[in-house]
Amino acid sequence: MPTLSQYLVLSAILFAIGTAGVFVRRNVITILLSIEIMLNAVNLTFVAFGRAFGSSDGQIIVFFVMTVAAAEAAVGLAIVIALFRHRQSLDPDTFTLLKW
Amino acid sequence: MTIDVIPFYLFGAIAVGASLLVIAQRSPIYSVLLLIASFGALSGLYVLLDAPFVAVIQIIVYAGAIMVLFLFVVMLLNAPHEEMEEDLAREAGPPRSASTGLKVFGAVLAVLFVVELVWALTRRGGESGAFGGASVTSVGAIGRSLFTDYAFAFEVTSVLILVAMVGAVVLAHREPVGGKAPWGEGAPRSGPGE
Amino acid sequence: MFMTPLLIAQLGLTLFVFIMLLNSAAVMVYVERKVAALLQQRMGPYLVGPKGLLQPIADVVKLMFKEELRPAAADRLLFALAPIISATAAIAAFAVVPFGAETTFFGLLDEPLRLQVADVNVAILVLFAIASMSVYGVVLAGWSSNSKYSLLGGLRSSAQMISYELSYGLALAGVLLLANSLSLSDVVDRQAGAWFHVIPRWHVFLQPIGFVVFMIAGIAETNRAPFDFPEAEQELVAGYHTEYSSMSFAMFFLAEYINMVTVSAVATDLFLGGWHGPFLPESMGWIWFLVKVGAILFFYVWMRWTLPRYRYDQLMAFGWKILLPIAVLNLIVTAAGVLYFGL
Repeated sequence: MPTLSQYLVLSAILFAIGTAGVFVRRNVITILLSIEIMLNAVNLTFVAFGRAFGSSDGQIIVFFVMTVAAAEAAVGLAIVIALFRHRQSLDPDTFTLLKW
Repeated sequence: MTIDVIPFYLFGAIAVGASLLVIAQRSPIYSVLLLIASFGALSGLYVLLDAPFVAVIQIIVYAGAIMVLFLFVVMLLNAPHEEMEEDLAREAGPPRSASTGLKVFGAVLAVLFVVELVWALTRRGGESGAFGGASVTSVGAIGRSLFTDYAFAFEVTSVLILVAMVGAVVLAHREPVGGKAPWGEGAPRSGPGE
Repeated sequence: MFMTPLLIAQLGLTLFVFIMLLNSAAVMVYVERKVAALLQQRMGPYLVGPKGLLQPIADVVKLMFKEELRPAAADRLLFALAPIISATAAIAAFAVVPFGAETTFFGLLDEPLRLQVADVNVAILVLFAIASMSVYGVVLAGWSSNSKYSLLGGLRSSAQMISYELSYGLALAGVLLLANSLSLSDVVDRQAGAWFHVIPRWHVFLQPIGFVVFMIAGIAETNRAPFDFPEAEQELVAGYHTEYSSMSFAMFFLAEYINMVTVSAVATDLFLGGWHGPFLPESMGWIWFLVKVGAILFFYVWMRWTLPRYRYDQLMAFGWKILLPIAVLNLIVTAAGVLYFGL
């Protein structure tokens, strides 16, 4: 049975991968995918702790995190579609109108 | 090392490997598919953690619905079409990849982050031990807790989903070209009959 | 050392289920053509073998000898992966479906083995999950073929599948309320016996609307008529599998028929009492199971060759504006019934 700390290390690695993805990638959709990776790492942490303390609260929080992630993905992708129609590009650096 | 940790290492390796490939891939479609593989591995990890409900919900919601949404959007935004030449004139060019400096920064940041998180999460000896006794999580127990202790959060989440749905439809809406929807009673008819 | 007879029997059962599913697809090919012919007052296959019974073998051999084509601009990896995903999801969904009572194979085993590949206690959700995964085979096939018919067909077909999944799940939820368990074995066990010794205690009598919703959603999920607009020959050449030939096409074909068999098997387990029947002993219940699944499959083929097909916007409007509210109302009424009458 792997220990709790092994699960936490795994979720830390996943979270770091997601963060690196958000910083490094120049494609809006891949940035959204990296955010999903981060949310999944957090889900794993919640479930691992819930199992360690023997309560179902971890799984319930995961339920809510998944729902919020779904809502956020839907709205985020709608924004991406609207932006693409405007600029025909998925590169976040082309949306610089508000820069001064 | 007992035999029980083999599935953990297997699923963990798939999850980490697939996530690394997600952020390293050029094509967004491959990224989406690799992320689905990563979610599948995470679902396996949830089963190992005695959480079958969360495991199945992960497949249904994340891998089966959210990723389909991503896939649709990627296909709609990358679909090849015959007017490619005139679009290329207006296009800002293919998506640039990050400069080498940015990639090095990202890698260093990720490594530092991992080191810090691992240090913070494994510091106290008590919590890093093996898992406690029996798990309590049947689907019925989750449901009962969800509708009694967390009932308010549940209702708020349903309003949140409604708001997100309305927002997504409004944001992605485009005025039809002739002012009419392509299907339906108001559609212009061409040819004999319907 | 750990090869107990039970483990050997379990592995043998898994292999048996796999082979039987492939066989069922072949049988369905013949049944479809023969029943279609009889409905249209013609003969159907009758040359190959007695009464045309060897026709599926001829079809398979023909498909194997065809040339394997691939469009030059197609995405190689995804083009090869899509039929694999479709076929795998179709076959994997049957892993949690029980088709017989516990049996000891005439006393060979020490403890009884339920005729089911995997007895998961969230079996209903697993079915739903694998149904969501089968959308990917369709949408990737449409995308990777790099042709307009395929892309349109793939997107429409997958949009149809995810729309009808909602009604599918809500019909499942109605049965879940009655059975109070997510495990398919428990749902079937609850349907043993009969009221007044005459009417069997099947869920279809308690949930008739749920059964109808489930069957309609199941037909739409498997892209069968009258909901097969995305792959109708007159509309979109062949939709998402336009560019496929030979064995890849055979795998899509296989996936469609095995999906039909799975939906029929699940409907039998959930609504029609599984393997419980009047005259046979419990251990021979799989015969009743086969009879019921066969009846539903006949109904499937009958629907295809009787009803005209829905246009795509009519199909989507039906799924969202009519079927989904009915499914939700069914769920509410069932919940009220369970609460007040303690069913």
